[in-house]
Amino acid sequence: MKAKLNQYTPEIEPHMQSHLAAIVEAVYQKYGYDFRQYSEAHIKRRIMNRMAMSGLEDISQMPSKILNDEEFAFKLLQDLSITVTEMFRDPGFYRSLRENVIPILRTYPFIKIWHAGCSTGEEAYSMAIILQEEGLYDRTAIYATDFNQRALNRAKEGIFSNKLMKEYTANYQLSGGKESFSDYYTSNYDHVIMNQSLKKNIVWANHNLVTDSVFAEVHLILCRNVLIYFERELQNKTQKLFYDSLINGGILCLGAKEGLRFTDLYEKYIELDKKQRIFKKKY
Amino acid sequence: MQYDAVVIGLSAGGMNVMKIIFSLLPKDFSTPVIIVQHISPRSDSQWIGLLNDKSNLAIKEADEKEKIKNGTVYIAPANYHLLIEKNKTFSLTIDERVNFARPSIDVLFESAAEAYKNKLIGVVLTGSNHDGAKGIKRIKECGGLAIVQDPKTAESAYMPTSAMAAVKPDYILSLEEIIDLLIKIDKQKE
Ligand SMILES: C[S@@+](CC[C@H](N)C(=O)[O-])C[C@H]1O[C@@H](n2cnc3c(N)ncnc32)[C@H](O)[C@@H]1O
Repeated sequence: MKAKLNQYTPEIEPHMQSHLAAIVEAVYQKYGYDFRQYSEAHIKRRIMNRMAMSGLEDISQMPSKILNDEEFAFKLLQDLSITVTEMFRDPGFYRSLRENVIPILRTYPFIKIWHAGCSTGEEAYSMAIILQEEGLYDRTAIYATDFNQRALNRAKEGIFSNKLMKEYTANYQLSGGKESFSDYYTSNYDHVIMNQSLKKNIVWANHNLVTDSVFAEVHLILCRNVLIYFERELQNKTQKLFYDSLINGGILCLGAKEGLRFTDLYEKYIELDKKQRIFKKKY
Repeated sequence: MQYDAVVIGLSAGGMNVMKIIFSLLPKDFSTPVIIVQHISPRSDSQWIGLLNDKSNLAIKEADEKEKIKNGTVYIAPANYHLLIEKNKTFSLTIDERVNFARPSIDVLFESAAEAYKNKLIGVVLTGSNHDGAKGIKRIKECGGLAIVQDPKTAESAYMPTSAMAAVKPDYILSLEEIIDLLIKIDKQKE
């Protein structure tokens, strides 16, 4: 039975799982990106979207298309890596960061921070702004990593659409920012460029949370809205990676809807801010 | 016919509608109810607590990876899409908005249709957006039951009308009649 375009019928559903598995396997074998333990409903939605846009007639053609057509595979990889992000997303989180985490960071002579799954960089720039305002940025190194090189390249440029600045300014102010947000960038027609002084201590690096190992030993890890895409077992494995990367007393920040409750490591952290999902590794 | 879950989508004027639904659903209503309402991305979850006071059923925000249980009402969190996995657990994503909405009704309905197949009831209520039309169509394609609020009785008719243009619903009813029907179907389970 053929699955025509996006209009897949219930009858092909029994085979759907094996089609999806074959697609994800092809991506892994040829390109090394491992989506085998990502949430299936999510993967399926992205694959069916890509199929609808590609003009492929039958989902069973997709694995060979992936193996033979790098451009197509690259598009699919972009689909599977959701890069939606914002500056000062969840302002309440950044407010708590200022109140509860900055005082801890202040006690270290040199501060290392890891943004895992930094996407196009908005989160790392937000952090740099806070650190600058708190007078800590000069003794900080921010490692911002993602497995999506295209997103990383954009992050490095630090060029964002002017249209977004109104919302980001509101986020910044809600997060407790007191300066004029527009001082942090230069406007140029329809886009803005983030200040060089914010970029100077950020290292952008390609790192895959599934297939690469510990990245560095750090004082603070932010991994927000990445783990929601992982199945539970992979979440656990990734949490182990974070645990091993944090110094004792180090801080872990997760996304607004993410937690540690169901991981093996729940006991090994103290909740610094339950609502904002900020945890401190026990000594 | 037995159904294992009800999914409901609504937008404009949704809050009053939610209050009515919860005041009408009885304590022993066992089929899980999963709701997407279009709300501002900035709203926090406190309003769900407020709804709880008015309800006979346990109402909670859907957590990622949470197992869907009988006798519970789940509401999609603001600013995340809510999906249902084949093993009847929730996933959250922050993909692009769909029909200008996150959470999107289509995203919930399509994944629910594929997870529950013919064991699913889909309900499209009041709303000023065509979100839900594709989703309710998918529910029917997978053998589920499609219910649409009678546009004449909806605060905003656009969403029910769009749903009816996409698929022929099994029922077109007022809100109160929809709840009556759901209760009747739920009772048949025992
Ligand atoms: C939705 S964005 C989150 C961005 C930011 N942390 C935030 O919360 O706004 C998710 C990011 O995780 C990245 N990602 C997904 N899987 C990954 C993996 N296995 N290794 C590294 N990055 C990954 C994606 O490329 C994407 O940029």
